[in-house]
Amino acid sequence: MILSNIETVPGKTIKEFFGVVTGSTVRAKHIGRDFMAGLKNIIGGELKGYTELLHEARSQALERMMQEARSTGANAVVNVRFSTSSVAQGAAELFAYGTAVRVE
Amino acid sequence: MAPADLIMIAVQLGLPLLLLVGAYLCGSLIEAAHYRQLRRREQASQNFPAITIPSVPESWTVLEAQLVTGSVVISLDYFKRFLAGLRKLVGGRIKSYESLLDRGRREAIMRVKEAARACGAHAVVNIRLETACLASSRQNGKGTAGVEVLAFGTALKLAR
Repeated sequence: MILSNIETVPGKTIKEFFGVVTGSTVRAKHIGRDFMAGLKNIIGGELKGYTELLHEARSQALERMMQEARSTGANAVVNVRFSTSSVAQGAAELFAYGTAVRVE
Repeated sequence: MAPADLIMIAVQLGLPLLLLVGAYLCGSLIEAAHYRQLRRREQASQNFPAITIPSVPESWTVLEAQLVTGSVVISLDYFKRFLAGLRKLVGGRIKSYESLLDRGRREAIMRVKEAARACGAHAVVNIRLETACLASSRQNGKGTAGVEVLAFGTALKLAR
């Protein structure tokens, strides 16, 4: 599965469009990590626990999007976009969407 | 006043003060180290093309394209947050948040470049940046636990 965030897949031509595919996941923070991040919040700098958490969650959202694309018979997703929204206190939704296409 | 009361007052005033001073020292050291590291990494990847244009220059022959992402969650130290809180009373420019976002964005872009390089790509096109605030679960969600900066783009392997 090829992903790109531009309108085409460079070096290939799009043969067929399958429409919008989406993938999302809602994650809550983990108490242990929250505690460590709270301590780290005093001295500032990168909060590695949260970076990892969001990275994992985003990978899962992408994975779900790719699954949807695969089920329609696509072999690539173009124009992939991400969005993050906090739905509740301490929880965030990570969302990925794009256009499923077949390229050759 | 009894000496016990004096000690209590000293503890009550001294602890937050100590926290402020400690946070100031640690925060400044961490920020300076981060900027040094960023400058070094940026210099090392100066020749790696990373552009925000969504099309591929015609002279490039692309072999392979792949989505790459880089993200970082970064936060201010307690002292700077305290200063920013004071600044909010009178309004104006909050320098500490400017440098926080600057660090976050530069770090995210560096991570995109490093991810692209790690998968054997020669360039990244259509880099996009997105910023999201993470609300802290304490303080009724009002305090900011940090800012997440996400950078993503399409990494290209080129025929040379």
